[in-house]
Amino acid sequence: MNKEAKKTLTRLVVAVPLMFAFGFALVPLYNVFCEVTGINGKIFQSEHNDKFISEEGRPIALQFISTNNENMPWVFKPSEQVMEIQTGKYHSATFYVKNTTNKKMTAQAVPSVAPSNAAEHLKKLECFCFEQQELMPGEEAILPIRLLVSNELPKNIKNIILSYTIFDITDYNDEALAHHQMDME
Amino acid sequence: MSAVIENHHDDHHHGPAKGITRWLYTTNHKDIGTLYLWFSFAMFLIGGAMAMVIRAELFSPGMQIVEPEFYNQMITLHGLIMIFGGVMPAFVGLANWLVPMMIGAPDMALPRMNNLSFWILPFAFFILLSSLFMEGGAPNFGWTFYAPLSTTYAPPSVTFFIFSVHIMGASSIMGSINVVVTIMNMRAPGVGLMKMPLFVWSWLITAYLLIAVMPVLAGAVTMMLMDIHFGTSFFNAAGGGDPVLFQHIFWFFGHPEVYIMILPAFGIVSHIIETFSRKPLFGYASMVWAMLSIAILSFVVWAHHMFTVGMPLAAEIFFMWATMLIAVPTGVKVFNWVATMFRGSITFETPMLFACAFVVLFTIGGLSGLMLAIVPADFQYHDTYFVVAHFHYVLVPGAIFSIMAAVYFWIPKWSGNMYDERLGKLHFWLSFIGVNVTFFPQHFIGLAGMPRRYPDYALQFADWNMVSSVGAFLFGFSQLLFLFIVVKTVMGGKKATDQVWEGAKGLEWTVASPAPYHTFSTPPKVD
Repeated sequence: MNKEAKKTLTRLVVAVPLMFAFGFALVPLYNVFCEVTGINGKIFQSEHNDKFISEEGRPIALQFISTNNENMPWVFKPSEQVMEIQTGKYHSATFYVKNTTNKKMTAQAVPSVAPSNAAEHLKKLECFCFEQQELMPGEEAILPIRLLVSNELPKNIKNIILSYTIFDITDYNDEALAHHQMDME
Repeated sequence: MSAVIENHHDDHHHGPAKGITRWLYTTNHKDIGTLYLWFSFAMFLIGGAMAMVIRAELFSPGMQIVEPEFYNQMITLHGLIMIFGGVMPAFVGLANWLVPMMIGAPDMALPRMNNLSFWILPFAFFILLSSLFMEGGAPNFGWTFYAPLSTTYAPPSVTFFIFSVHIMGASSIMGSINVVVTIMNMRAPGVGLMKMPLFVWSWLITAYLLIAVMPVLAGAVTMMLMDIHFGTSFFNAAGGGDPVLFQHIFWFFGHPEVYIMILPAFGIVSHIIETFSRKPLFGYASMVWAMLSIAILSFVVWAHHMFTVGMPLAAEIFFMWATMLIAVPTGVKVFNWVATMFRGSITFETPMLFACAFVVLFTIGGLSGLMLAIVPADFQYHDTYFVVAHFHYVLVPGAIFSIMAAVYFWIPKWSGNMYDERLGKLHFWLSFIGVNVTFFPQHFIGLAGMPRRYPDYALQFADWNMVSSVGAFLFGFSQLLFLFIVVKTVMGGKKATDQVWEGAKGLEWTVASPAPYHTFSTPPKVD
């Protein structure tokens, strides 16, 4: 094989692991993209900024939905199904949760916002989805969230749905949890 | 596909070894091409048998023949085997046979790797097919293996599926590296890049696509493997992952893959149409640029497969327009084929019949693709039989017709014998009618709302499903005739001339028929 051919070969052989790595690089890229654009309902951060607060808000309806992921036996439901809120003002809501099993379990709630273009305007000061919930057998808890919908919410949106899915993460190894914690910070 | 290349050429000091070791140890591009082609034919028949099971089950409403679980395994394996075992190895086989002869090279650049890239393939498919006999059955999540269906809810055999995809990927990557190194460095003096036959161009572009995306597919299945066995959460929402991410990674591979399965077909059809029109190809340079632009655009359209996952409107509009843009270079190609035929002195031998059917039916498939690209319309069509009709139109009378056309076109060169023209034409018409009767009605039932991937359907879809099944049986059993024709040609028949076809131009037609075991040991002179 001549020199030129060797050069072509080397380039191609290097390209293969690079593309393999690129496949994995798509994972953080995807998360960053979702975070920057606020799509996918992935709000893991506590956002506090006084500039969102305003007196000239308008009323909208905020609906809560709770879903148990498969095999998640806990009772999990919002204290109120719907809240009438003002944009530009902080509001609090709570979810009720109970470990119905006879073993200690850890749970993680994952939020999602509909319509998706409302997600970036929903600012959470405090949310139980920022951390994991560990409950003893039979233990129950009231989980708080505190949030604000900014005035920049598109005018045609009069109704926002905030949905939480609760997952059983008791069996996840520490590494995965640590990774997840990092994502949320 | 010739198994009878004899060693009777005195000007070559050695020919093939005898017996089975010839095939096991061979580093000859013609032998390896033959192996690839026979292997893909076997896979085509196995995947086809699965399609027969699917169409038999769908012949009438209600559960007829198989259990729903088994039906799911059939649709999954049918897709995987036809794509990775049928179409792709067939094109690699054609590349092995034709690329060195077309550019005046003595062999592929890396003959030993060539042997390796073929011989790992049978193992990959042995592993995949053996999963049918495992506890829990074969993979049942569709050929797109979306997470979490393929992770959390997958049968235990998914691990074997993952390894078989790894092996197929390794084989494709090695094959592509070989093709690129051969084309870039082993052209005979005088064969400049813009003088290369279009089949060579199409394979050069395809090989680059394969090198770019097969590693991404390997990454996707590796992430699945880690999610299933090592507790990671790439695609698991409970651990902070995201199942939609799987779809993005998969289609980042998947869409270029679609063009991997059609670009070589473009090359083949260009050769056949110019030969039987007895005119030089219209717009050679625009053909090359069209293929290049299709290949580049293929990297920025992937999300049109997943319009319904809840993307932002801006993204949907971007992917819609990017997708529609691909219709432009594709339109250039179709225009050039038609312009090549225009005022040509055309004869309709079997390869030309297949090539003409390719142009018409591939264009129908392309048009339904444009319909699917329209975001608001796609919400209606998504995951219906309309999609099934669309991609079967581009793959069966597209990719597979081009492969059949190529076999009829070059088999005289490979075997030294002419195929039986009457049987070839019969095979064409049976296939042509069969393919249209099978897939055209699927447009109707898709638009009427029949979802894909179910073993049963509502009563109003019964009539067209029955028609579709009848067409499928016709098409399926016609392929046994194809097998017969190929075997008959390899065994004997009218001797082919060196040029074979009156209008044939290109280096491969300057060597003897059958092509000697070694060709172009000294580079040919090309003006």
